[in-house]
Amino acid sequence: MSVPVEVTINGRAYSGEVEPRQLLVHFIRENAGLTGTKVGCDTSQCGTCTVQLDGAIAKSCTVLTVQASGSSVTTIEGLSNGVDLHPLQEAFWNKHGLQCGFCTPGMIMASAELLKNNPSPSREEIRHALEGNICRCTGYQNIVSAVEEAAGAMGGS
Amino acid sequence: MFPSQFTYHRAASVAEAVQLLGSNEGAKLLAGGHSLLPMMKLRVASPPTLVDIGHIADLKGVSADGDGVRIGALTTHAEIAGSALVQERAPVLAEAASRVGDPAVRNRGTIGGNVSHADPQSDLPTVLTALGATINATGPGGDRSIAAADFFTGLLENALEDNEVLTSVSVPGVASGAGTAYVKFSHPASRYSVVGAAAVVSLSGGTCSSATVVVGGVESTPTRASSVEAALAGSATGGDALAAAASAVSGDFGGDPVGDVFASNEYRQAMAAVYVRRALEAAVARAG
Repeated sequence: MSVPVEVTINGRAYSGEVEPRQLLVHFIRENAGLTGTKVGCDTSQCGTCTVQLDGAIAKSCTVLTVQASGSSVTTIEGLSNGVDLHPLQEAFWNKHGLQCGFCTPGMIMASAELLKNNPSPSREEIRHALEGNICRCTGYQNIVSAVEEAAGAMGGS
Repeated sequence: MFPSQFTYHRAASVAEAVQLLGSNEGAKLLAGGHSLLPMMKLRVASPPTLVDIGHIADLKGVSADGDGVRIGALTTHAEIAGSALVQERAPVLAEAASRVGDPAVRNRGTIGGNVSHADPQSDLPTVLTALGATINATGPGGDRSIAAADFFTGLLENALEDNEVLTSVSVPGVASGAGTAYVKFSHPASRYSVVGAAAVVSLSGGTCSSATVVVGGVESTPTRASSVEAALAGSATGGDALAAAASAVSGDFGGDPVGDVFASNEYRQAMAAVYVRRALEAAVARAG
């Protein structure tokens, strides 16, 4: 029943034989061993599994690996070069934009898409863009502040 | 959560998809997967075969079609919300698409998958019914078009045959000067519309010359609020007129009711009057 797939993740090609029902998030975590991307609600609501799929964010618990075969994925591990923190990572650290940290990779991936499309978002726009990412610690104030700081650091205001 | 096992085919063309549907009993089409995959993970649906049409380029994009637009089945909510053509010719559809789910869902979810799923709590069926849109499909016997008002036949049921592929949605342009609006009561987690209301209102000398009002989330298919429309025709739009017209919506619910642990049908009906009023107020404010 397995079928061959090849997905480029953070610039590196990963190939494998997977069941068609395998979800992309499991390919990322188990086949590629990149566990920054989390499985949270598993119902496309909480956003912990958010990755970039061909340049636009997607909830990887609601994509089959076979659908993504031939595509390019960026996860939290690929957002920066692995040495220096991305300005969003730096800002989440500075502003304490996390409590338990489980939602943080998804929050940062969704925030990165926001700042790509809107370099200087208002707090209201940040909240709207993070509508699909849930922080069960309810640490939203500092998350919004972190995105604001990152926007400034990246040249927006 | 994993779906049950299935066989996967990636179709390279609509013709191949039609052929694969015909040769695999119980096969379902997969586009963005944002309606079907959640159903499969919950084992509400367990199709033995999936035919992935998500890579057929012909099914993507928005184009001008007479005074309206034609939207390919694979066009995502984000693309519809961001389309200058849709914003100009059917702004209420762009407005609704911008409120579907959240940004990541809008990047993957498609108009074709959304309307095929025929979820009463979905946003686009309500708006497409209000706009008088047409659903275009291709099957073994060729192409056919189905009016949105006839397309949604029941809870998660539509008028397509098992071996037909929804290829595009044709949306007529909104009449010049008409004001339109879509407002919704979003479920706090899923962002589905507990109640959604779409309004298209034309004014003439301070009174309403015509109105189309459709409500989603209360019955298994979009509800045409003809009592509200009748109350509005020739009516003034100031004071309590819009609230009074909106309250007539209670007379329009007689079909198959929808309700769940989050919102009973009684509550949805009560909220429908509120959201219809808000849709009418916004549409009147935008009418020229």
